[in-house]
Amino acid sequence: MKVSLHVNGKTEEVDVADSSTPLLYVLRDNLKLRGPRFGCGLGQCGACMVHIDGRATFSCVLPVTAVGDRKVTTLEGLMEGGKPNKLQQAFIDEEAAQCGYCISGMVMQAQALLNKTPNPTDEEIRRHMEPNLCRCGTHVAIMRAIKRAAVA
Amino acid sequence: MNLHLKPSRRDILKGTGALVVAFSLTPPSEALAFVGDAALGKPVTLDQVDTFLAIDDKGMVTLYSGKVDLGTGIRIGLQQIVAEELDVPLANVDTIEGDTALTPDQGPTYGSLSIQAGGMQIRQAAATARSALLDQAAQRLGVAKEELTVSDGVITAKSGAGKVAYAELIGGKNFMLKVDPAAPAKNPADYKIVGKPTARRDIPEKLTGKFTYMQDFRVPGMLHGSVVRPPAIGATLQSVDESSVKDIPGIVKVIRDGNFLAVVTETEWAAVRAAREIKTTWSKSETLPDQAKLWEHVRSTRIVKDDVTSNVGDTAAAMAAGGKTIKATYDFAIHTHGSIGPSCAIAEFKDGKLTCWSASQATHNLRKQLAMMMKMQDADVRCIYVDGAGCYGRNGHEDAAADATLLAKIMDKPVRVQWSRADEHGWDPKGPPTLIDLRANIDASGNVTAWESEFFIPQGAAGMVDLVAATLSDRPVVGKLAPGGIVNDSAIGYKFPNIKTVCHRLETTPFRPSWIRTPGRMQNTFANESFLDEIAASLKADPLELRVKYTDPADKRGLEVLDRLAKVAKWEKRASPRKDIKGNVVTGRGVSYVKYELVRTYVGLVADVEVDRTSGDVRVKKVYVVHDCGQIINPNGVRAQIEGNVIQTVSRALKEEIMFDRGMVTSLDWASYPILRFSELPELVIELIDRPTEKPWGAGEPTAALVSCAISNAIFDATGARVRSVPFKPEKVKAAIQSI
Amino acid sequence: MSLRRILLAVVAVGILVVLGGFALMWRPAIAPVATSAKSQTDRKAIDHGAELASIGNCADCHTSPNGAAYAGGRPIPTPFGTIYASNLTPDGETGIGSWSEEAFKRAMRDGVDREGRQLYPAFPYDHFTHTTDADIHAIYAFLMSKPAVRNAVPANELAFPFSFRPIVAGWKLLFLNRNALEPDSSKSAEWNRGRYLVEGLGHCGSCHTPRNALGGEKKGSAYAGGVAEGWNAPPLNASLVTAHKWTVDQLAEYLSTGWHRLHGAAAGPMADVAKNLGRASQADVHAIATYIASLSPGAEGAKAAVPAGGKVMKDQSAEVVAIYNGACAKCHNDRLDVGPSQAISLAYSTAVQQPESANTVRVVMHGIEAYRTDGGPYMPAFEGILTDKQIASVVQYVRARYTDRPQWTDVNSQIAKARQEGAQP
Repeated sequence: MKVSLHVNGKTEEVDVADSSTPLLYVLRDNLKLRGPRFGCGLGQCGACMVHIDGRATFSCVLPVTAVGDRKVTTLEGLMEGGKPNKLQQAFIDEEAAQCGYCISGMVMQAQALLNKTPNPTDEEIRRHMEPNLCRCGTHVAIMRAIKRAAVA
Repeated sequence: MNLHLKPSRRDILKGTGALVVAFSLTPPSEALAFVGDAALGKPVTLDQVDTFLAIDDKGMVTLYSGKVDLGTGIRIGLQQIVAEELDVPLANVDTIEGDTALTPDQGPTYGSLSIQAGGMQIRQAAATARSALLDQAAQRLGVAKEELTVSDGVITAKSGAGKVAYAELIGGKNFMLKVDPAAPAKNPADYKIVGKPTARRDIPEKLTGKFTYMQDFRVPGMLHGSVVRPPAIGATLQSVDESSVKDIPGIVKVIRDGNFLAVVTETEWAAVRAAREIKTTWSKSETLPDQAKLWEHVRSTRIVKDDVTSNVGDTAAAMAAGGKTIKATYDFAIHTHGSIGPSCAIAEFKDGKLTCWSASQATHNLRKQLAMMMKMQDADVRCIYVDGAGCYGRNGHEDAAADATLLAKIMDKPVRVQWSRADEHGWDPKGPPTLIDLRANIDASGNVTAWESEFFIPQGAAGMVDLVAATLSDRPVVGKLAPGGIVNDSAIGYKFPNIKTVCHRLETTPFRPSWIRTPGRMQNTFANESFLDEIAASLKADPLELRVKYTDPADKRGLEVLDRLAKVAKWEKRASPRKDIKGNVVTGRGVSYVKYELVRTYVGLVADVEVDRTSGDVRVKKVYVVHDCGQIINPNGVRAQIEGNVIQTVSRALKEEIMFDRGMVTSLDWASYPILRFSELPELVIELIDRPTEKPWGAGEPTAALVSCAISNAIFDATGARVRSVPFKPEKVKAAIQSI
Repeated sequence: MSLRRILLAVVAVGILVVLGGFALMWRPAIAPVATSAKSQTDRKAIDHGAELASIGNCADCHTSPNGAAYAGGRPIPTPFGTIYASNLTPDGETGIGSWSEEAFKRAMRDGVDREGRQLYPAFPYDHFTHTTDADIHAIYAFLMSKPAVRNAVPANELAFPFSFRPIVAGWKLLFLNRNALEPDSSKSAEWNRGRYLVEGLGHCGSCHTPRNALGGEKKGSAYAGGVAEGWNAPPLNASLVTAHKWTVDQLAEYLSTGWHRLHGAAAGPMADVAKNLGRASQADVHAIATYIASLSPGAEGAKAAVPAGGKVMKDQSAEVVAIYNGACAKCHNDRLDVGPSQAISLAYSTAVQQPESANTVRVVMHGIEAYRTDGGPYMPAFEGILTDKQIASVVQYVRARYTDRPQWTDVNSQIAKARQEGAQP
């Protein structure tokens, strides 16, 4: 079946065989986007996070047919003029990634916070980022990156 | 990373022409399963320069590395070493990793040895190449070799007699040289690249969605596969109702081979659904011990041999000679690697030859195992490394590769297998449970006269871990336990007059064991460094001072680490526990120290904790690390690894243990195997000691070895209660406090 | 009698009533004290007090979201306005640091603070009044051992006449029964212990018993069900509705872990109760379960047990089936006894059986995140993932597929209310 989606500012028509397909797989396999990743498929780890109408959301438990005309933004969609945005650049400058697998989800979650609270306290950042898991132990560098983007 | 192999087929067959790689940042659309031919054209033995290096006609350098970057940042470190030795711009060096057809077998990427061992092999190859190129240039320019300098890949005669670029001398040709162990490596005093903070190249790609992980990799025409594992280890498949999945859009086939069951589909989601919805019946199987009695089980497991890892003096006599004896037993739970991205692999058969893409840290071993499983020649199997999520040891990557291989063979099409979260938590091999008894004797003057320890750990060393797919489908397996080098750090570096450390190698252990970050060294150091603290407490001695007292005075580097640690942590000299314990929430600090494996990296660590005495909750507030790994290649990399190892190990020490019933793992996801979150982070203070004139030693795991003991010591300092069992869950801490 | 004499008599009686009322409600202030040094070092009392405070769930009300434990400030909404929970840390000025044990006991038993003022029964002293002296001593020792936190709690937001504290004395006349609980010798020691805890510190009836217009628990309707922060606190008496009948052991496990494989997870306000009970004495939790189970001897399980896989559904909208398969079934996998995130087959779920959709809607919208740090059941919050319409259709689908009960009639209003309430902290 054909599904129409708004992704990263564009309207996309995708063809899915199974209407229950989570948005995550459509973004990755149909639209070839690399930002959102499969980490658990259970809404437990945050690796799949995208923005739905600006709200950081697990794309692994959202069937593509339930998205409707809500706006989807992935890591790629945060870029500005083909360049990393302020937050992405802050992560790059702080080298806030080891294996990097969790990092797209971290950026999407953090961006949602900064969009609402441009200068969050450490406590606010930690609480906001709580749903996102990192196994490499990059958390401290991620905190530095978020704070760097907030202050700049 | 696009893999375009440039040389002509004629060049390859002639054995001339190096293979170089053109890199672009666009995601690959097609991957070439280039089996066999490439292997003929390129040497991969450790004694050849061409094994490691190639320079093309534009002066671009390709490094062929058997060691792979698992997210730890060694890729840039090895490139720095090459660029430094050859004096080429860092940006001109690129890497092919972990491809059995193209790269040498430098051993698995483990043990924090990539720089220390792998990097040194690479350095020597580069030094040999440089020397040979200088010889060539000397001839061509008609000057003595000593008159030449190199800069940016161009050799210039100081006298002005001319210059020649590497590209002109060697561009696109083979060196045909053996690695010369005597070829002079560059003087560290002249370093321009090694030792400098250097940015990784993969990070910008990872932040913009341009990086290709194994999970992103695609092979044209590939199908998707999901495995359906038994509900219990050892269960046999009794029936499969294929009609239960026939209506799933995209279902292609249900594959059954003995107890190996999988679904093959056109899309990844169809594979997820089919694996979830397929109706099966399995036999009952109970092969695991009762978790509540795990340590009785470990203690009563048959011992197949004893490894005496140190035997100094006569501990039996010293123990019998009077004085005070202290005893304690420590235990360390079963942990899982917990990779955030579950394992994934793609396999393809072409003309009877197998290519397998995997994020395995040991593609050369994987190749042997897949060949064995499929009854093929090693030469007909090619394994290619593609970065996955952090694996921290032998996790599920090899097993996903085996699953994909079986399916690709049966389907005669490339198959991609993506493990689920439950597959990863449930079926990846585990860090085995460790039980340790320790005894020490202290004489009337307060000297430690004897130290004895016994470790109950499974037999075997690092090697090949049996593939689940092979076991389930009754195919050939190696059949030995391979838990890793877990006897390491059972011996201690302190200068007691009588020491005996014995590892009792157990016949069996629950689950397949494999190495998981700091294997054995973490558990053993936990026991050693906590027990040393018990000795200090018994002597009412300052624990840091006690370590200094029993360190060989000739070990200047070790003593410097301890000295610097005391300063950076503002260590107050006093005995533990603190005297003024009062109130509900108490604070304390603990210290630990190791010279890793007694022969390399020195680390000292102090942990500050907060304990709620009524609930047993422990919070690690701050961790100080002083680190001496000799010559540092990239300080950014070392720092990042220390941070990561500390945080990951705080998680393991406070929270982690695999839960299981009599049949199977029951903690199959993050809800049941919680790990540290943002709200629980300690503050970190890291001091690096760089010694450019020393050998570069490994970084990463040595720090992890110190975390659990420092925390246990800190809990004791705060509360007077000794917790000898990892993880330090609140119930255990509370029980220890209430038993004082 | 002359009219004048009658009037004088009426006035005299009136004055007597007022004076009598004053006599009843007036309480003297108890002198402030420096916190007793002894109580801070009596570890046995402190540890015992900690366990009792876990049963009393004190920290839940007396801690504000993201605030220090027991430092108060949490707004407690009531039908009469908002009351702010007090600071129970031993801070001299803003907490109870100057309260003697006598003053603390009076608060627990009589609902009067140190200065003699009436305390609003949002503090459930109508239950705590049953607590023994020894237990109050232990709780006092525990509270006094906590770090003092300076936190001046905001003033209550109550409209007149509710802001006039002395009227609480009238409420107490009606609803505060200071008589001690007499043990029932026909029941086991464990049952009696359970009753002591449930009727006392556990104050289960505060949520699980319906209230009258004056905010008192309805006599004769004990444990017939109530409301807590928008969630339904289900009936625990004969009106109990579940998919499977509870056993005592199952209930004890549920209460101390927040989950049971045949019943589901403790969500909403009950999650914090369960987390606290996990820290209490497990013998006490078993006693609580024994008593609670005895309240519903005649209650049946669901009329017809729906199989774990649910009923075969015909004529369901493809859209809702797609949502269930793509979102819910990842965890609520009918093929497994226990799915990921400790999800159970919805055929076993208690929430789905209830006559109102309040709890099902709230679990779907707010998820279950309370156990995330230390492990336990988990559910993502779907309010940002699915639209209100999608949530409504999914919960009705689940009701139809996994129960034999009629479709809910309150789904849309519950969704709207739940959105207003916001997520659990």
